[in-house]
Amino acid sequence: MPIHEKSLIRPENLSTHEHLVIDGVDVSGDWSTFIRSRVVTDYNEDLQDEIAAMPGGEYIHRCWQCGSCTNSCTVNAENPDFNPRYWIYLIRMGMESELVRDKDIIWQCVSCNKCTSACPRDVVPEGVMKATAHWLELKGYTEPSNSTVFDEIFTEQVVERGKIEDGEVLMEFLQKTGQPLTQDWLVQMVKQMVAGFSIPTLLKMGWNTVFKPRTSDWSKARDAIREHIEEEEAARHRALGLDPAE
Amino acid sequence: MTDTIDDRKQRYKKVAYYPGCALEGSAQPYDISTRAVGKHLGLQLEDVKDWNCCGAMEVKNVDPEIQTYLSSRVMSQAKNKNGTDVVMAPCNGCYHNLKKAEYDIANKPKSKETVEKISAKAGHEAYHEGEVETIHALDWIKWGYGEEELRAKIKGGLKGLKVANYYGCMYTRPRHIFPEKGLGGDSESLTKPHYMDDLLAVAGAENVDFPLKTACCGGAHSLSDSDMSTKLVLNILEAAEAAGAEVIATECPTCHSGLEMHQIRALKRLSKDTNVKVVYFTQLLGLAMGMSPRKLGIHANVSKSIPLLKERGIA
Ligand code: SF4
Ligand code: SF4
Ligand code: SF4
Ligand code: SF4
Repeated sequence: MPIHEKSLIRPENLSTHEHLVIDGVDVSGDWSTFIRSRVVTDYNEDLQDEIAAMPGGEYIHRCWQCGSCTNSCTVNAENPDFNPRYWIYLIRMGMESELVRDKDIIWQCVSCNKCTSACPRDVVPEGVMKATAHWLELKGYTEPSNSTVFDEIFTEQVVERGKIEDGEVLMEFLQKTGQPLTQDWLVQMVKQMVAGFSIPTLLKMGWNTVFKPRTSDWSKARDAIREHIEEEEAARHRALGLDPAE
Repeated sequence: MTDTIDDRKQRYKKVAYYPGCALEGSAQPYDISTRAVGKHLGLQLEDVKDWNCCGAMEVKNVDPEIQTYLSSRVMSQAKNKNGTDVVMAPCNGCYHNLKKAEYDIANKPKSKETVEKISAKAGHEAYHEGEVETIHALDWIKWGYGEEELRAKIKGGLKGLKVANYYGCMYTRPRHIFPEKGLGGDSESLTKPHYMDDLLAVAGAENVDFPLKTACCGGAHSLSDSDMSTKLVLNILEAAEAAGAEVIATECPTCHSGLEMHQIRALKRLSKDTNVKVVYFTQLLGLAMGMSPRKLGIHANVSKSIPLLKERGIA
């Protein structure tokens, strides 16, 4: 599979004259195409440090731009605009406004870790994608993605009880993201599921929704985890120069 | 490692079992069939005492060190409460996370520090690197029972059922956390895993040449970016069918339910109908040894494979 390059030349900066003769030579049309020069002045010199302060981003400085990550990427194969190598380049150059142009797709990384296995420099590009998505949200460029909403519901349940009940996570997620429970494919799936379950299994599942699965003697672990998460969150806000209380 | 095949067999005979949340919830058929097959083979399982969720992918995204702590606690329980040095997990997610915690504790000072800090506050022994070995259900049967021994247990067999073996992402990636893989010889391959193929071949399946063994199903965004997941799953289903598979064998509850769910969604949303069935490898092994479909939870799979298995004289 080829390495997909994303051009830094934007279509609106290409200029062509339909009728142009220079020194008696007809250069109409494509022969006269030129690129309007563009000066980038809005560098964020701290961009790489900011991404490195997010969980997963710490090894970004090792990247030597080989492109193995993009070449192996699951999402890139479906959408050539999804380009980890290119984003890492922009971050290392401090080109914040260029990066933000792709703000609505960066969160789509599916964490398949093909990039992390392929990377010759141990950059952990998968982590960098997560760090970048996180950064976009903290900086206010994007609303929390559905993925973030899901992560938070899930994590809250684990921290609270030590275990999750997958049905409950699903319901809460659909509710919070405003997705109807009556979607045709969901209904079909539940039908096929219930059709095969024996009575004791169904009873056990019902039991699980009333008496939530939990790890016994969990409260001290829960408090220590919460404390750690709060400290880390505050540190991340500080690293971006944001109000820790936000 | 210097241990022989016999040492390993001895070690895997009795292991601590970490079912994880999925096997206790919607993936009960995998739990049922794993326990049933283990019992049939005389391999012993003892549940990890008072286990907790390993944190899956989601907790890592919120705070990676907490995910490491959660996974380390499971290993600490196995070591200190069950008194064992081998933990077996049938879920790729759980298996992956325990291996990852092992790697992070050994290689990242911050992970080690956090694990020690939280374990102390939570009032239990912190986990230290090398205290337990985490294995997958595939290792457990392949090495704890043995392929030749398994051959002797086959009754009826899979009768040349055409199987595509699907391992997903987390069983082999990222390579760093699986130092025992990719070493050649009888070690598992990082790019073309074959332990499930090996076991099912012994059970009488005809494994098809399946190029997407370790492709990603988009499980991380199964619900939050469903259209992407449906596309990725459809690739897998269509590739399996193109390779001639009647069944896709799975070894992970999340991969399994991802395939089931998006097979339905592909039909409803993209009008793409695929007919290949999704079955856990433990269910296929059980059938090959003459166990009843009920005992293996096959009726409870969302993907309805019983008619096919009956027609082929396997169930
Ligand atoms: S594979 Fe690694 S080194 Fe190569 S471009 Fe991607 S992140 Fe950089
Ligand atoms: S982990 Fe994300 S960035 Fe890396 S290959 Fe997979 S989808 Fe692409
Ligand atoms: S990975 Fe999935 S199944 Fe395993 S413990 Fe975590 S949530 Fe549960
Ligand atoms: S194949 Fe899907 S469910 Fe399995 S590990 Fe990969 S993303 Fe997760």
